Amino acid sequence: MSEPLQLKDHSSEARIFATRVWFIALFVIAMMGLLIFRYHNLQVVHYQDYATQSDRNRIHVQPIPPTRGLIYDRNGVLLAENRASYTLSLTKELVPDLDATLELLATLVDVSPGDLDKFEKSLDQRRRPFEAVPLRYQLTEEEIARLAVNEYRLEGVEVEAQLVRHYPFGELFAHSIGYVGRINDRELAAFNEDEYERYRGTFSIGKLGLERRYEDVLLGRVGYQNVETNARGRVLKELERSDPRPGQDLHLYMDAAVQKAAIEALGDRRGAVVAIDARSGGVIAIASTPSFDPNLFVTGISYDDYRELNESINTPLFDRALQGQYPPGSTLKPMLGLAGLQKGFVTPDTTIHDIGYFRLPGDTRHYRDHISWGHGESVDLEEAITESCNTFYYDLVHRMTIDHIHPFGSQFGLGQRTGVDLPGERPGIWPSRQWKREARGFAWYPGDTLNVGVGQGFVLVTPLQLAVMTATLASRGERRQPQLVQRMMQSGENGVVALPPIDSVVAKEEHWNYVLNAMEQVVHGAKGTARTINKGIQYRMGGKTGTAQIVAMAQDEKYDIELVEHRKRDQALFVGFAPVDDPRIAVAVIVENGAHGSTAAAPVARLVIDSYFASERARETKFTGQAISSGCRVEGDCDNGRRIVEPVTF
Amino acid sequence: MSGQDFLRRMPEASRDLRRRGSIWTRLHIDPPLLFLLLALTVYGLVVLYSASGENRNFLERQAVIFLLGYAALFVVAQVRLNTLVRWSPWLWAFGVGLLLLVMFFGVGAKGAQRWLSVGGLRFQPAEVMKIALPVVVAGYLSQRHLPPRFKHVFWTLILVFTPTLLILQQPDLGTALLIAFSGLAVLFLAGLRWFYIVGALTLALGSIYPMWEYVLRDYQRQRILTLLNPEADKLGAGWNIIQSKTAIGSGGLSGKGWMQGTQSHLDFLPEGHTDFIIAVLAEEFGLFGVLALIGIYLLIIGRGLTIALNAQDTFGRLLAGSITLTLFVYVFVNMGMVAGLLPVVGVPLPLVSYGGTAMLTLMIGFGLLMAIATQQRRLTI
Repeated sequence: MSEPLQLKDHSSEARIFATRVWFIALFVIAMMGLLIFRYHNLQVVHYQDYATQSDRNRIHVQPIPPTRGLIYDRNGVLLAENRASYTLSLTKELVPDLDATLELLATLVDVSPGDLDKFEKSLDQRRRPFEAVPLRYQLTEEEIARLAVNEYRLEGVEVEAQLVRHYPFGELFAHSIGYVGRINDRELAAFNEDEYERYRGTFSIGKLGLERRYEDVLLGRVGYQNVETNARGRVLKELERSDPRPGQDLHLYMDAAVQKAAIEALGDRRGAVVAIDARSGGVIAIASTPSFDPNLFVTGISYDDYRELNESINTPLFDRALQGQYPPGSTLKPMLGLAGLQKGFVTPDTTIHDIGYFRLPGDTRHYRDHISWGHGESVDLEEAITESCNTFYYDLVHRMTIDHIHPFGSQFGLGQRTGVDLPGERPGIWPSRQWKREARGFAWYPGDTLNVGVGQGFVLVTPLQLAVMTATLASRGERRQPQLVQRMMQSGENGVVALPPIDSVVAKEEHWNYVLNAMEQVVHGAKGTARTINKGIQYRMGGKTGTAQIVAMAQDEKYDIELVEHRKRDQALFVGFAPVDDPRIAVAVIVENGAHGSTAAAPVARLVIDSYFASERARETKFTGQAISSGCRVEGDCDNGRRIVEPVTF
Repeated sequence: MSGQDFLRRMPEASRDLRRRGSIWTRLHIDPPLLFLLLALTVYGLVVLYSASGENRNFLERQAVIFLLGYAALFVVAQVRLNTLVRWSPWLWAFGVGLLLLVMFFGVGAKGAQRWLSVGGLRFQPAEVMKIALPVVVAGYLSQRHLPPRFKHVFWTLILVFTPTLLILQQPDLGTALLIAFSGLAVLFLAGLRWFYIVGALTLALGSIYPMWEYVLRDYQRQRILTLLNPEADKLGAGWNIIQSKTAIGSGGLSGKGWMQGTQSHLDFLPEGHTDFIIAVLAEEFGLFGVLALIGIYLLIIGRGLTIALNAQDTFGRLLAGSITLTLFVYVFVNMGMVAGLLPVVGVPLPLVSYGGTAMLTLMIGFGLLMAIATQQRRLTI
């Protein structure tokens, strides 16, 4: 303290200090006023904005997908169910570092390059913001545990329980029931606003078969929940909920046992079987082989699997029953015979002398019979059917002309889509003069009619059309639209799907009797072409074999099965129904390159009809009170597939 | 009666009380201040319980720290001011010494060395300086002729900026500014001429650009940019401010209710129990809750300034004024930054935010206020 001592002026110091304190007091009040102004501005002036922002932070609307309707066969056997499956998905917006997260995930669960590929593709697709994109389906218990342990490192990663469609019978119903698959960007882009809403939370859509045809019914209605989430996106509680309405169940006319018999009877051959309930038009079985496992498509088929299916020479993806168009061969003969009888071009007494071929007047071309030496001197219509005499039919249709044949055949549904409740049906061809002029630009020649007479030439039919024609014959003229779905309501008998009106083919009772009797003789007669299948048969069955050429044979060329490549062998066909006196089932079978309808196709029909009657007997037993025990396979025994699984997030 | 007359009469009134030797005087406790502090403590604990996510551990630990704080307050209130003035240079040297130790042996997190660890106990030497600096500056200036001359101002600035620069390099801009402020406040209260004040402010404004360019670190610049436009980086640096403003704004007039704050309870609000606790309060108790808190602070500040005005000598006046002003700055900076008025600096809300050393420092400060309010002190000269 070297400075000169100065007396401190205490009162002056106190005065200066007091002034400064008052200055500070004013400053403090002013600044606190500023704070209050600021908080007032936030909390009162802009309250609405921030309140909204706060709610938007925490409240998220989540769709609750409805449970897809189940599909049962006529005995209540579950054909399409929903199974809980654990799916690993990522929400891009919540993942801090996508590449690092994916790398980490690859060490925890098995992620194939295909999975990654699909994941990246779905990321690029049009997507709702904050929608989780699946990476892996069907996690194992062990993988779920590993993910749970590492949860803290996996922001934006979720393991969700989803209901995933499952087809317990695999390839048995691949073409008929079809499958669901992930909604792709093309489908998403085609959605209108309403559909976009309806599919919120739903990842799959019917792509084929009944799944596609009845998509609207099976889907159900989406529900919503308002959930409160924390800053990391974890759902903490549900605030509000509107339940989804599950899709309706479908109850089919189909019979899993008969379908199984059909597929097994075809074995590893290419072909199709359609079995129709002759009384109702209900489709009991509709099979196409080779088939494929529809479960492959549900969560997205791998590229390799798809290529294998798509490029296979046996075309498993092709539905032969609905889309295969084949020359019907001699299976047309009963219908043509009925036309001849009804139109008066033939009577039971009409006979011809078959010398093995037919020649048009003024033409040298030989229209050959399959027996080169002919069926003998007096061949009548019944014999022409039971022994499949082409020469008789050449004569008959030549006299009838296409102008009588075409309208009569149309009554059986030839050349038209049957209207079955499956997508993608083809109409076949039932030719007429007009058709040829328009489609081919040529006039109708008499030779064209002869070809029609043996189910060759321009005529093409689908196996389903053949079955409908056969059912129409069996029921003496009552043509019904084939239908797979019998009932659609969840329960009760009210949901029976009304079948469209019957289209009647008018013919005299005696003519029906004559033709149906001839068809019975095909199976049961001593000379019937399908007599080999009547061994041990417990019922009376009518039928007609058919063998259709694929390549036109040159004149006089000897047909030699050994020399023709397998693929050029004849298509084997058979149509049949049973029992003859009260027809309940009508069947059409085609075996591609089966060579002979009698040996390749007819036995298939026998097996299918056998299994149908076995199933019928089982149903009778069931209804008379003797319970059959088949666990959860039977509707009502348990709620398999119906339960709603809450999403698990951890 | 004008306000000044009222305040002038106050000393006589309190002297009368003291002569009678009330129990409070003998305990060196200022009852109005104690009552206000207790009110703030209770309010703070109520908010903290909600802000910590109903975590009883937090609450209990904070309560224990409060008990320690009140004990420290009581002990400090007994300290004789004469002794304090005598020891103040050593206190300052001790504080600066600790800061030097931090430079070499300090531990810390997030790129800052702020802590000393002694036998498992961690503390921030900067906290010591928060008390030591106003004490030493008040001690120094109270012995000089006031208003201070240039020479004394110069030495005062040395006293102030030595610790400030040491803290700045840790780096801890917020604490450095607060400590510098607590020292400069003494200078202002001592009657620093307006000539110096205006000159310094001019200099400060002029140095904004060089500071920005050469002194501030990237993260500090980022904070200021974020303040100016938080929307620019919604999920990054702007997140805190957007979420705290949302919390405050969505509280409205009367708030969402205790424990009902969604922003804090759902983790949208970061640091909800420490520096950003005012956002929790504002969300749950609304503007009314904020006004109540500001009211309590204003009363405490008012009481502090009253104690300063009534202090028996210059040292007491200057120290009480500085402590009170520093408290105000804490409150203003914290509430301002959470509401998006100021850049985000690490300043807790006094006696409300969770945290040990900062609160102990404050309680020691209040202990000094109590000592000033209740001690008769002989004039030094």
